[in-house]
Amino acid sequence: MTSPLYDLLRQITGYIYPNEIEIHWSILVVVYPYLTGLVAGAFILASLVKVFNVREVYSVYRLSLLTALAFLLIAPLPLLLHLSHPLRSYEIFLNPNLKSAMAMFGFVYAWYLMVVLILEIWFTYRRDMIVWAQGEKFPLRWLHRIMALFSRDISAKAVDFDRKAVKGITIIGIPSAFLLHGYVGFIFGSIKANPWWSSVLIPIVFLFSAIVSGIALVLLLYMVITPLRGEKIDMPCVDKISSYLFYAVILDFSLELLDFIHRLYESEESIKILTEMVMNKLFISLGVMQVLLGMLLPLGLLICIKLFRFDAELRKLLYFVSAILIQMGIFATRWNVVMGGQMFSKSLRGLTAYKMELTGVEGLLTAVALLIIPFFILALLIKILPPWDKAAAPASSEPAS
Amino acid sequence: MLRRSFVFKLLSVLTVVAGSAATRIRAAAQTVRYGMGVQIDKCIGCGRCVEACKEENGVPTEPFYFRTWVERYRIKKDETVVQNIDSRISTDPNPATDGEVLRSFFVPKLCNQCDSPPCVQVCPVGATFTTAEGVTLVDETRCIGCRYCIQACPYGARYLHPVRQVADKCTFCYHRVRQGLLPACVEVCPTQARIFGDLGSNASPLTRFRRMNKIHVLKPQMNTEPKVFYSEMDGEVR
Amino acid sequence: MKNPFGRLPDALTRILIVFLVMAVAIVVVRTMLPPAIKDTSIHVQSTIDRELARPVHYAGSEPCAGCHEEPALKKSGYHRTLSCETCHGPAKAHAENPTETKPVAPRKRDFCVLCHEYDPSRPTGFPQINPVAHNPLKPCISCHNPHDPKPPTTPEECQACHAEIARTKAVSPHVMLQCTTCHTVPDQHKISPRMAAATKPTEREFCGKCHGKQAPAGGPPRIDMVSHYEKYPCWQCHYPHMPEVK
Repeated sequence: MTSPLYDLLRQITGYIYPNEIEIHWSILVVVYPYLTGLVAGAFILASLVKVFNVREVYSVYRLSLLTALAFLLIAPLPLLLHLSHPLRSYEIFLNPNLKSAMAMFGFVYAWYLMVVLILEIWFTYRRDMIVWAQGEKFPLRWLHRIMALFSRDISAKAVDFDRKAVKGITIIGIPSAFLLHGYVGFIFGSIKANPWWSSVLIPIVFLFSAIVSGIALVLLLYMVITPLRGEKIDMPCVDKISSYLFYAVILDFSLELLDFIHRLYESEESIKILTEMVMNKLFISLGVMQVLLGMLLPLGLLICIKLFRFDAELRKLLYFVSAILIQMGIFATRWNVVMGGQMFSKSLRGLTAYKMELTGVEGLLTAVALLIIPFFILALLIKILPPWDKAAAPASSEPAS
Repeated sequence: MLRRSFVFKLLSVLTVVAGSAATRIRAAAQTVRYGMGVQIDKCIGCGRCVEACKEENGVPTEPFYFRTWVERYRIKKDETVVQNIDSRISTDPNPATDGEVLRSFFVPKLCNQCDSPPCVQVCPVGATFTTAEGVTLVDETRCIGCRYCIQACPYGARYLHPVRQVADKCTFCYHRVRQGLLPACVEVCPTQARIFGDLGSNASPLTRFRRMNKIHVLKPQMNTEPKVFYSEMDGEVR
Repeated sequence: MKNPFGRLPDALTRILIVFLVMAVAIVVVRTMLPPAIKDTSIHVQSTIDRELARPVHYAGSEPCAGCHEEPALKKSGYHRTLSCETCHGPAKAHAENPTETKPVAPRKRDFCVLCHEYDPSRPTGFPQINPVAHNPLKPCISCHNPHDPKPPTTPEECQACHAEIARTKAVSPHVMLQCTTCHTVPDQHKISPRMAAATKPTEREFCGKCHGKQAPAGGPPRIDMVSHYEKYPCWQCHYPHMPEVK
């Protein structure tokens, strides 16, 4: 069987080191930072409620947490599927090379999952789980009792402690979310061999584009789920979320513009081949999808909403469209970072191409599946831990039998 | 009486300390440190080294996996053209009529066995490491195939072995040099453009090479401290 | 269930118990793992052992001389910088078991041209031929002994190795000049070209012998050696093998 790489020989322009013809980090490595970005962004939105007491956004607080959890559970999958020897991946936990940024993955992920996200969700839902368990049948009854760790105390003091704990965890959680996604940016930013990646700005840009995508995702989910539940969309809520989205997009856009201007101005040795790569290989994904459709157009729509007084229906439509465009744009951003860094040669003399398979472990279908599965998990989580069904029973201090 | 026994004790302690220090210094000096020299003006681009390396080390024969390769530079008045040499195809893409060429030469490339290797730094499981002789090896039972090292190498020296699915690269023919043989590429080079030896020894051909030539390394600004030294290296070489 | 942690809130107690159990489990599992999995130095040593156990395919030149004395004499000829295995391929198996395996012995033209085919990137002076024009169809070894290669007839002096320079000069105004007109070539140059290099003129006056005002008229172009860029050697602008006039 001839290697599929023979086809790539014809697509090389200029000169590449012979080992560089194979692009190693595939679309799965694009999906991973996209997923963790959504996690970090959704969590940051939830933190706005708890730390800054933004009342209007309260109705999406629990949804944000569940969204973060759903995506976090799937996040290791693209990495495992990408490894050639996934069964040895426990070595990252057992014998990590502490100098390697990638070795941080196991610990940062475990910390964020266990100590931040699950703990916060637990303390948020503990009282409700106990109350729900009282009125339910098998299996949900036992599920909730186990998940509540068989606690029964719903006194005012206990609920008060829960609230304080949530606040404390959120405060630890914000830097933890920054770490969860920032270390991915550092993995790229610390490679001195690659001028497209090696930059102080990459971890920061990653983080802010993550916040943008996370907020946009929660906005989208809220606007889709609420009508499905038969409820009315709370306009002050979506207006507020979109406000935060707007500020985040402005920050993200400024940072990316800064990176762009800085590169062109400094005009280092790599500028020629990088320009050639952007104009030829990345024109659609960067120029059109990331910048035009993914950033400028949504920014324009959001600015219009701020300037002119549109009615609720028009605003909803524009929010929806902007959020979808932003998702596409942020995915394109991740694509441009990962693929862009591999499509030019480190000899700075040539370009190669990425041939994405359709099927196969690292193919397009796998990537699409990995992007869709979290929504199913979210649906399950919403079923088990309904974000809007605050237990109606009054907080009684005697545990019911 | 007390003073004499004290002096004896002191002398015996000092002897032991001096003895062990001397042993340690001798032991340290006994560890060889391997390096390679490349004389660019002697390379004729025949590709014997590439073939010998693939034969000796079981590197796949397809043109996508190389532990060592040779680049041809043709520097014209307003551009530089670089190509890879594959010994099985004709090396001559009709350059005889090209009057614009100012300088033209071959550059053999391989893993630089850096003293400050970025590939070792980034491996998440520590599967790649440096031996006492300064050679960087890959533990194929540990490598998980994340390819971070391949991304981190500034010289493009690493590749993913298509069958074993682990990272692979030139090892200075570690299994040969530890037995006192030369690496395969050095062995078969017809013009002795490649020189191998002990960096620390005065009697090594490598030391003479470093004394008699102006020495360059690839990408010094990356601070990888490579141990492959080039003489007569043109400024256009990347 | 009474709170074992005293005055901590009940919820916190339960969480702490869960974390404690997990921590203990991690410690227990880690301790129970065999050192072969955990210890880095064991991995390093086993990798080194595995590398050292790899089979050797190329024997080096030393084992060959023991049986093959005559070819080993090539040590004084033009091919003295080659290894036996450069042409004969990996021969470790043969060195260990001479009667069972024989190394290859390339006898056809397609092998020698790998090194000796003309390629402009090859260093000046390296012996190169045009395989299409140079005795086509004849195997190289019918005229050149591969272990002590000498051309069968004395070549036209310099052109044998410096073909490109000769070709360039052949279409230039200097076509009628012999190489030795300007270059003094010691005999040793044909044997050790880099050690005994040919000389090049060092002063303007050398060119002035033919191109100065005092030279006979009707010959080469003459210039006033005093006023024409008197500080510079002539070849800084005029390539002597193709002294173009722009």
